[in-house]
Amino acid sequence: METFIQLTVTGLANGAILALSALGFVIIFKATGVINFAQGYFLLVGAYLVWAGVVQFGMHWSMAVIVALVVAALMGVTTERFVLRPLVGENVISVIMVTIGLAFVLQGVTQFFWGTEPRAMPAFIPRGTIDLLGVPVSLNRAIAVVVAGAAFGALTLFFQRSRHGIAMRAVADDQQAAMTVGVSVRRVFALAWALAAISAVLAGIIVANLFGVSGEIALFGLLVFPVVILGGLDSVPGTILAGLIIGLLMSYTAGYIGGGLQQVIPFMLLVLILLIKPYGLFGEVRIERV
Amino acid sequence: MSTATGIYHTTYEADLSLRRTRADWIRLTLIAVVVVAAPFVLSPFWLTVANQIGIAIIGAVGLNILTGHTGLISLGHGAFLGVGAYTSAILVSRFDVPTLIAIVVAVAVTTVIGTFFGLPSLRLKGLYLAMATLAAQFILLYAFRNWDVVTGGTEAIVVPYPEIFGWMLRSDFAWYWVIFGVAILVVLGARNLFRSGIGRAFHAIRDQDIAAAVMGIDVGRYKLLSFAISSALVGLAGAMTAHYRTIVTWERFTLDVSVLYLAMIIVGGLGSVAGSVYGATFMTVVPAAIQQFARNVRETIPTLAREMPAIQLIVFGAVIVLFLLFEPRGLDRTWQRIKDYFRLWPFRY
Repeated sequence: METFIQLTVTGLANGAILALSALGFVIIFKATGVINFAQGYFLLVGAYLVWAGVVQFGMHWSMAVIVALVVAALMGVTTERFVLRPLVGENVISVIMVTIGLAFVLQGVTQFFWGTEPRAMPAFIPRGTIDLLGVPVSLNRAIAVVVAGAAFGALTLFFQRSRHGIAMRAVADDQQAAMTVGVSVRRVFALAWALAAISAVLAGIIVANLFGVSGEIALFGLLVFPVVILGGLDSVPGTILAGLIIGLLMSYTAGYIGGGLQQVIPFMLLVLILLIKPYGLFGEVRIERV
Repeated sequence: MSTATGIYHTTYEADLSLRRTRADWIRLTLIAVVVVAAPFVLSPFWLTVANQIGIAIIGAVGLNILTGHTGLISLGHGAFLGVGAYTSAILVSRFDVPTLIAIVVAVAVTTVIGTFFGLPSLRLKGLYLAMATLAAQFILLYAFRNWDVVTGGTEAIVVPYPEIFGWMLRSDFAWYWVIFGVAILVVLGARNLFRSGIGRAFHAIRDQDIAAAVMGIDVGRYKLLSFAISSALVGLAGAMTAHYRTIVTWERFTLDVSVLYLAMIIVGGLGSVAGSVYGATFMTVVPAAIQQFARNVRETIPTLAREMPAIQLIVFGAVIVLFLLFEPRGLDRTWQRIKDYFRLWPFRY
């Protein structure tokens, strides 16, 4: 029973991080319809920026995080402007491949500046354990959950209340109609990429804090796909729920079966969902019969 | 003819023929001369590269049939390559099956597995299909690494040098003829496929699947057929890699390989058989050239040589991005433009 609770808690924490990683992906897809295969590398770049800020430039960690957020947001906007915008209206294959190309460039750039050696994230997030329901839970996982929750809360507020958030929802709903009522679709696209990059930095810091700063983080980014498909590509609540489900699934598989199966089980689930319910739990169903 | 504003066909025979003008025939002869002369001229390093190009051509033509001609993306072809390689290698090294039969079986097995993972394409397309094939990639790679009883897990399978009709295939020189013989057959076969009803059905599905269905094309059947043909060719490429390299490890069949093949057909030209050849050549020669360059400057500029793997990655990604942005129809289109420029000179059009 104790193992079960332990696995559940770990799974939920990992699920929250997965959901946070997937968040940027969903924002971009929702607003611009682009599948961003480079999301994992956005996480990686974010983690490296913070690491470099603290270790190489000796900044205070809060300063480093702010710098990283700004740099990442700029990177997101630049990517949108120079890589994705020329491909508006092109077929899906081109858009997917351009983000894959981008992923390789980002991987190369991080390797060029920081090598391939794994590094430890400076310990600005406390690493002790706390007691939850009688099981020890590591503090950094708990903090990860809190940060993920806060990010989701802030984002929901943003989408519900702020002018820009509402503009984004309008564009996601119908670009033409949004343009007609005076929403700048360009600005919304840029904003979406900036927000996605920012959420990727947050996720990157948290993942790096748990597993160290290395190329592995980007592999974590690939787990985003099962999450977003299960949740339904354009649904934020779906992402949270799916993140938690996948997190639990992986945790139980690791605990009770093992043998590295937890690495592929999300993808097996992915195939299953695609065969049975391709638009996921909460995705918008588009009916097209061929 | 050559000064006219376009190339006109006045008979059905001319319209159907593969080679249409005299210039086409001259170019074909030139290519044939280069292909025959190459193994006598190339250094051992570049001969190996040439063999890799030949195998890459087979795989790239296969992937292009699916992605370029039928419009179905696959991120799983790296793993399908592995299915071919593992099947053939296991049959030969463990059951002493003759190499030729092993390759045929490997092609059959890859066809079945590729078609199975193509099943989601009956309901899905575009990004959802990308996800389904991505999952195929991870699941198959997991099988290569962890299904110890069959694949030997993370340890490499060593394959003996093949003997075909009493002829030992050992040197790069001998392999060159086999690889390019097969590659030429594959290219010719693909060219002809797109002059047949099947090929035209693929194009119709790519251009507008609903319209294709209205015209009476069984879209589901042809999508699966496309997956089958495509994975058969990739399985062939995989089996040949296994016997050519005489060693099979899971590292050669990762997601990066799937992306590499997609990059080949994008750089070459989606939906063009010739483009697959250009792309396979380009994407094999460029990394080899960078590698060679790194070796040359190892003494003079050691820092640059050390950073080469990172630079390789950046170049690889940048090539994909730049081609998509500036020449989305690939080298095939570039070549077309060059030809037009000279054909129409001194006029612009």
